[in-house]
Amino acid sequence: MKQSSLLVQDARTLKRNRAEARFRAYGIAAIVISLLMLTVLLVTIIGRGTGAFQQTYVTLPVELLENKLDKKGNRDLADIKKVSTFGYAPLMADAFEAKVVQAGIETSLSPKKMAAILSKDAAAQLRSFVVANVDKIGETVEFEFLTNSRVDGYLKGRVSRDSIANDKNITPEQLDLVDQLISDGALEKRFNFAFVTGADASDARPEAAGIGVSMIGSFFMMLVVLALALPIGVAASIYLEEFAPKNWITDIIEVNISNLAAVPSIVFGILGLAVFINYMHLPNSAPLVGGLVLTLMTLPTIIISTRASLKSVPPSIRDAALGVGASKMQSVFHHVLPLAAPGILTGTIIGLAQALGETAPLLLIGMVGFIASNPPETLAEGLMSPNSAMPAQIYEWAKRADPAFYERAWGGIIILLLFLITMNAIAVLLRRRFERRW
Amino acid sequence: MTVTSHLFGLPLALILLIAVGVIAATGYGVARNRALSRAGGDARGLHSLPRYYGSAAAMFAAVPALGFMVIWLLSQPMVVQNAVLPLIPSAEITDAGIQNLIVSDVSRVAGGLDVAMAQGVLDNAAITAMADDPKDLRDTLGALGVAFGADVKPYVLKAAQASRTLAGQGRFWMLIVVLTLALIGAGIGIRLADPAYRARNVVERGVLVLLIGAASLAVLTTFGIVLSMLFESINFFRLHDWKDFFLGTTWAPNFRGDSDLSILPLLWGTMYISLVALLVAVPIGLYAAIYLSEYAGPKVRAIAKPLLEILAGIPTIVYGLFALLTVGPFLVNIFGRGEAGVLGVEWMSGATAVLTAGLVMGIMLIPFVSSLSDDIINAVPQSLRDGSFGLGATHSETVRQVVLPAALPGIVGAILLAASRAIGETMIVVLGAGAIARISGNPFEAMTTITTRIVSQLTGDTDFASPETLVAFALGLTLFVLTLGLNVVALYIVRTYREQYE
Repeated sequence: MKQSSLLVQDARTLKRNRAEARFRAYGIAAIVISLLMLTVLLVTIIGRGTGAFQQTYVTLPVELLENKLDKKGNRDLADIKKVSTFGYAPLMADAFEAKVVQAGIETSLSPKKMAAILSKDAAAQLRSFVVANVDKIGETVEFEFLTNSRVDGYLKGRVSRDSIANDKNITPEQLDLVDQLISDGALEKRFNFAFVTGADASDARPEAAGIGVSMIGSFFMMLVVLALALPIGVAASIYLEEFAPKNWITDIIEVNISNLAAVPSIVFGILGLAVFINYMHLPNSAPLVGGLVLTLMTLPTIIISTRASLKSVPPSIRDAALGVGASKMQSVFHHVLPLAAPGILTGTIIGLAQALGETAPLLLIGMVGFIASNPPETLAEGLMSPNSAMPAQIYEWAKRADPAFYERAWGGIIILLLFLITMNAIAVLLRRRFERRW
Repeated sequence: MTVTSHLFGLPLALILLIAVGVIAATGYGVARNRALSRAGGDARGLHSLPRYYGSAAAMFAAVPALGFMVIWLLSQPMVVQNAVLPLIPSAEITDAGIQNLIVSDVSRVAGGLDVAMAQGVLDNAAITAMADDPKDLRDTLGALGVAFGADVKPYVLKAAQASRTLAGQGRFWMLIVVLTLALIGAGIGIRLADPAYRARNVVERGVLVLLIGAASLAVLTTFGIVLSMLFESINFFRLHDWKDFFLGTTWAPNFRGDSDLSILPLLWGTMYISLVALLVAVPIGLYAAIYLSEYAGPKVRAIAKPLLEILAGIPTIVYGLFALLTVGPFLVNIFGRGEAGVLGVEWMSGATAVLTAGLVMGIMLIPFVSSLSDDIINAVPQSLRDGSFGLGATHSETVRQVVLPAALPGIVGAILLAASRAIGETMIVVLGAGAIARISGNPFEAMTTITTRIVSQLTGDTDFASPETLVAFALGLTLFVLTLGLNVVALYIVRTYREQYE
């Protein structure tokens, strides 16, 4: 018979202990893999997105030639406006020619080719300056122009001399010019405010695209969600938690809410398209419609968290209120609701954060595929005029072919995540500060 | 009398809302003061607090008026549609499906004309001028974002004009009735303001009705979802054979008509990608949950759990971009590019593939699986573990042979919920899975899913008369039924299990 000992482990115990260690290792591996994925994701976002916050600018003195811009010389705004952006192209070519001479740069490029390193936005920028400052015609004014996305990519390391072999938009000679302009100090990368505040731009001008206007669209949608989902959600929760009799109707409502919480978001988009746009004829792409759809989507989340915080208020509070003569309604609205408010607020913020990042339903109600160029001026315009939203704008950029837009998509994600982190941090702080244990 | 949809640049509904609000506020003040003065200025002589008398009057003024306005606004399109139906030549209406399509065309033209008038692109004279030959209308309205699949026919324009006139008259009567109701309500509320009147009970009953209304909105939403998709699906099945939709094997929409629209290839892509996602998420999520709830000390738990939750809080568009721009090219580097790749094989040609979407979706689902399983494992009573330890089992043996079997129903429920999430997920597959519908077992190929096709059929210029657009509603309904079924089963399993140990 085999002796068993506590000091010497037999083969079976060893095997069992090894299995134990393996099992534990699997668990650790699972956690490590998940955290690794999180790290990779965050590193990718930050690594690829920070570029969008910097943009390459050229500082260039441009002589606003009178014989090009105002041939009659009478400073008549109507005549000056007749000069299209094409008419401004020679001015920039001349400016480059002068710059090259002044800085002693040697290049074989024609002035027109030199000016081609500028963004297509530059002529429009020049034109709107001239239209706004008619009296400056004839003077030399220093401008900061965006360069085109290839030059910008060159400074950010996305574009190299090897990678442009088949690129029609830029030549190695132009990159030589860029190098010389850098050493002259005229061309440099700078923080890109226009990305945070600006509007989307067309396919040919990735360097001019910004997320600001779609941020406003998101803001108006969140306004609608907050104004509708919070009161309706709280009212529904109060009824279900405090007043509803236990019967089959209440059961149906409860099952309904828990199922709605799990309905795919795109289905809410279909609902929005069919009901709000096709039936009610609300305008396509309007933040109001987006807000309504997101409200329906967020309601279950808010109801579930509100009910939890109402439930956590102890019955003694209600009994005390009823005991001093309050009606049931008064006990709920004067005592239970204020005590549950921090929890409700936390749940609402988390629901809003969810809604802010939601994309799929917005695609169906048309919040992609066009360029909202001007920020809205009034509340009604903000709600009704077509706009995009942050996640929809990111999707739009991800779909475009030019890699310069990908950088902006990642940059947009950084901004979106900053909003989400802030909202969640506020929710956590609220919970920490006001949470009461009874 | 007709009234345009906007007065002084504001929507009519908003103006009415403000007017009713003003009437209600006045009613509040007058009723409150009247009750107080009738009690001799002493609130103790009243049945309820003075503000309840005011609130009752405001409620009487606002609720019926606004309720009527909402019902009117919702039903007016339907009434107008039925009224203009006789204007459509009966020869054009070959069956009910066609009739619906013409009616929706009419309402779209009417809506487009309203937009055009509001923006000053067209005026009444211009519309009358083109009454017989409205060829240009398609381009004019198209420029305003109202796209049509075919030229606008004269009878459609005629019906649209008639419906606009009717709608204008409707708005006029709505204005009158809503304002009258508000005034009458306020009057009644003020007259009732008497010390003996039980104002608080009335107001509280009114509030309760509002609360019930808010709670039923959830049911209403579900009805809205089902009905909106059902009607359009029925329209679709009038135009397209249901057998081909459910049993055919090709998906090839063609906007010139005669498309193959079958759900099977899409369903296959959906299921395949979901399967890959679950193969990633379930083992990792489950092991993570087991480790966190059984082995990890409080410190590790306090750090690792919130970090995992971050993965759950990241919007799906971020995962979509991650799939398209990072994971896809990374996989192509390994499994594709022939000699230049890591493995030297040529299995994967593009960044979008089943594997790309599945892997990324798996990452997204890890926290979902792990937090649900964590709750369920924690709900297993400690006495079961203690019993197992007492018999000499190791920790892993306890977990595998006691805790997991006890938690199994709940874990199955969690996996089903994750599967329903995977099936309904949109952004990851739109960006990461590709657009080619096929039934194939190769995970390196691009495939497409139900959700991606819904997005592609319903974005851009859509013509709600063509089966190619309407099919999206049938797809949506299928998706809804599928996920609803999974959720109901999962919730049922989870609930039955939870009651077991309580």
